[in-house]
Amino acid sequence: MTAQTRTRAPVRRGVGASVIRPDGIPKVTGSFEYVGDLETDDMLWGATRRATVARARVVTIDVTPAIVMDGVHAVLTFDDVPGHRFQGQDVRDQPVLCDGEVRHWGEAIAVVAADDPETARNAAAAIVVELEELAPITDIEEALATEQIFRHIRIRTGDEDTRGDIVVEGVYEVAGQDQAPLGTEAGLAVPDGMGGIDIWGPSQWIHADHPQIADCLGLGPEDVRVHPGALGGAFGAREDLSVQTHLGMLSLRTGRPVKMVLDRTESFAGHVKRHAARLHYRHEADLEGNLVRVTATVLLDGGAYHMTSEAVIGNASFFAAGAYRCPHVSIDGYALQTNNPPSGAMRGFGANQVHFAVEAQMDRLAAVLGRDPLDLRLQNALKSGDRLPTSQQLIDVPLPTEEVLRSVMAMPMPDDADAPADPRTLPGGAGLTTGSGDVVRGVGYAVGIKNLQFSEGFDDYAEAAVELTATGAVVHTAAIEVGQGLVTILGQIARSTLGIENVDVSFDHTGQIGSAGSTSASRQTQMSGNAVLRAAEAVRDRVLAQYGGDALDDDGVWRRGRLIASLAEVSAAGSITEKVLFRHRGTEPPDEDGHGRTHVDYCVAAQRAVVDVDRELGLVRVVRIDTAQDVGRMLNPLQVIGQIEGGIAQGLGQAVMEELVLDHGVLRNPTFTDYLLPTTLDMPDVEAVIIEEPSPWGPFGAKGFAELPTVTATPAVVAAIRDATGLALTRVPVRPEDIALV
Amino acid sequence: MIVALTINGEVRTMEATGFESLLDVLRDRLDLRGSKDACKQGECGSCSVILDGELVCSCLVMVGDAEGASVTTVEGIGSAGDLHPVQQSFLDHGAAQCGFCTPGLVVAATHLLEHDPVPSTDDVREALSGNICRCTGYGAILRAVEALVEDGR
Repeated sequence: MTAQTRTRAPVRRGVGASVIRPDGIPKVTGSFEYVGDLETDDMLWGATRRATVARARVVTIDVTPAIVMDGVHAVLTFDDVPGHRFQGQDVRDQPVLCDGEVRHWGEAIAVVAADDPETARNAAAAIVVELEELAPITDIEEALATEQIFRHIRIRTGDEDTRGDIVVEGVYEVAGQDQAPLGTEAGLAVPDGMGGIDIWGPSQWIHADHPQIADCLGLGPEDVRVHPGALGGAFGAREDLSVQTHLGMLSLRTGRPVKMVLDRTESFAGHVKRHAARLHYRHEADLEGNLVRVTATVLLDGGAYHMTSEAVIGNASFFAAGAYRCPHVSIDGYALQTNNPPSGAMRGFGANQVHFAVEAQMDRLAAVLGRDPLDLRLQNALKSGDRLPTSQQLIDVPLPTEEVLRSVMAMPMPDDADAPADPRTLPGGAGLTTGSGDVVRGVGYAVGIKNLQFSEGFDDYAEAAVELTATGAVVHTAAIEVGQGLVTILGQIARSTLGIENVDVSFDHTGQIGSAGSTSASRQTQMSGNAVLRAAEAVRDRVLAQYGGDALDDDGVWRRGRLIASLAEVSAAGSITEKVLFRHRGTEPPDEDGHGRTHVDYCVAAQRAVVDVDRELGLVRVVRIDTAQDVGRMLNPLQVIGQIEGGIAQGLGQAVMEELVLDHGVLRNPTFTDYLLPTTLDMPDVEAVIIEEPSPWGPFGAKGFAELPTVTATPAVVAAIRDATGLALTRVPVRPEDIALV
Repeated sequence: MIVALTINGEVRTMEATGFESLLDVLRDRLDLRGSKDACKQGECGSCSVILDGELVCSCLVMVGDAEGASVTTVEGIGSAGDLHPVQQSFLDHGAAQCGFCTPGLVVAATHLLEHDPVPSTDDVREALSGNICRCTGYGAILRAVEALVEDGR
């Protein structure tokens, strides 16, 4: 090629730009193919028969009425599970299908494959299941009394005898919350004709699903390929298996592809929930407002099976004192086994429940001390150089707790002009009868902290590869794009590192690349982001060394402003690929007092909520939320704002709308008619201040942060309702009767 | 039964059972999978289409009741090479995250702006309140529509 001289163009869609997501056009035109949209020739449809009671002994299951129906190809129960019959990410205690005892409402008893979805559902309904009902354990205090404990974590910091001058005590309750991703659980299994199988399902971590599925199907790991299904949201709901093993069983039995799509009610039954909780708290402070002691018992309802409850109670316990310094801490956290539907991951992962309690306690402490609640928070704010009050780990990473608090304090308040004029903006909206004269405005604050990445000694890593081709580069990852925009971020990191604009991201299956770890714990930007950064550096450095170049771009290799080789020449003998496995610096399990180097990084946020409340009708309208959010560095401002607003909506939902209503373990509201989600009329405008204090180890200084908006919004909104009403409001969601009928 | 509908300007005739919703027919018989099924109760708006000028949840319309009707789905609003301004604005403002609600919201926003090119902020919020989005918190969606309202002024 002829050498030429020109200026290299910097990448436009690199780190720091509001890059538009590459899957955006298919999504706005409706052509994006979700896992529930997948189809193939000769495909059967699956359906599931589920338990309608919380606990029972199975007397008999007669599948004959189903199997004799026209168009039915297989009806399978526990005895048909070909391999290991139990699954679970941490502890394999969940039977793939009911093992003789129903342990929760919605538990899968049998699965069917048929020619079409209607026949499959009719066949599932035709199975005769005779049950002998047993008394379910559905109260967590009862589960504690009878020692049905998945995990107890005990944390003791300081001494047992030191007491504060001021004491506030409270018991708080948090109802279960559903992630309610818009896309329900769906999947497709396709036999490969050689005894193996390909499975597309709803997952946040295909490499954690893979060994469970293979073992349960009785296949070797090489015979099962788990593909990343494109998801309509996750928020924790897809951390545990749902339809994957069932699809595999039906497909292996029939030798045909099988598709399954859960309807909304089944989806409520078919994925884990945010843990309902009861929290007993005692805060003690000296007369100057310094926290002296936090004593808490945190009870989380784990439901029938382990799922990720052990990790969730770990998080809840380590952040049970909130974002504050405190010398004396006694925490007992329990994840308890009940006959309620299994709980697991949801955005915030245990931090939400304890923050609802801690932030209420801080407000009560401020009231007793006659102090401004923000001022009291600032005085006790945990920061870099302090020790986490629970684990006693030195915080050696940036933690801008004071900055987020000061930033929120400095944000302008909505003035009277923002008071509702249009009746649609009154609490309850136009359909209800609030008069504007009955509305009371309230303002509340909260600060939140949460760990990033997996903690407590888990071997946490992510693999990624970067491939240089004749036309650009491709990032290969098994990380899951759930909608959060990882597909954009990984491309941006690769572009800025390589200097090449034309970068695509390929989501590969378990047979193609190693684990990226879970898309959860706010971890992929730092974990897969770091793996991509290092793989891109390795590719770049290798090519530059080979050609004696000093820079790359879409044209090729450059040396002192002259193009010396095209990408086509560079990759003439094959594309150039570097694969990197990135590990963070590691953590360790806590000792018997809950101490140790248990975490690797943290994130903080502060929020101010403004609400209007109709005290007489018990109706709440959230008027505005102002937030200051620690992000490390913004890799994509558009996506950062999207994550903050979206996270706040879920926290607002937990504060005033969303509740899984259980009656003796039976879910009474498993539909979108009865489980209320925030709409455009419920969600206010959000003003956000972004705090950029770079992470020393995150790619380009970035942190994961998108759980914090949810964690912080719930206590902020409820604090504002307390401010408006003067009520204690120790339970979320706050229902109309909690305001109007007290 | 034989049902004839005009879908995105094209007459489509198909054999359907009396139990099928318009959504079932769009997705399973016509391979128009842009309309999404997220609740089948008319609560989430993921299946929103324009039926003879009205915004409806296609999951609540029995296909027999739509005989002879004119239906616009998300596929009829614009395409990858020819985005409708609503689609372009959604894209530019980051209004799609997981994207499952996006087709329904694109249809609802298009319907709104066709009937009222300069709605107030409260009008926009009300018009889109039948469409649940679990990812965005609605901010980016509202900014996407507001930008078009500004253009309309």
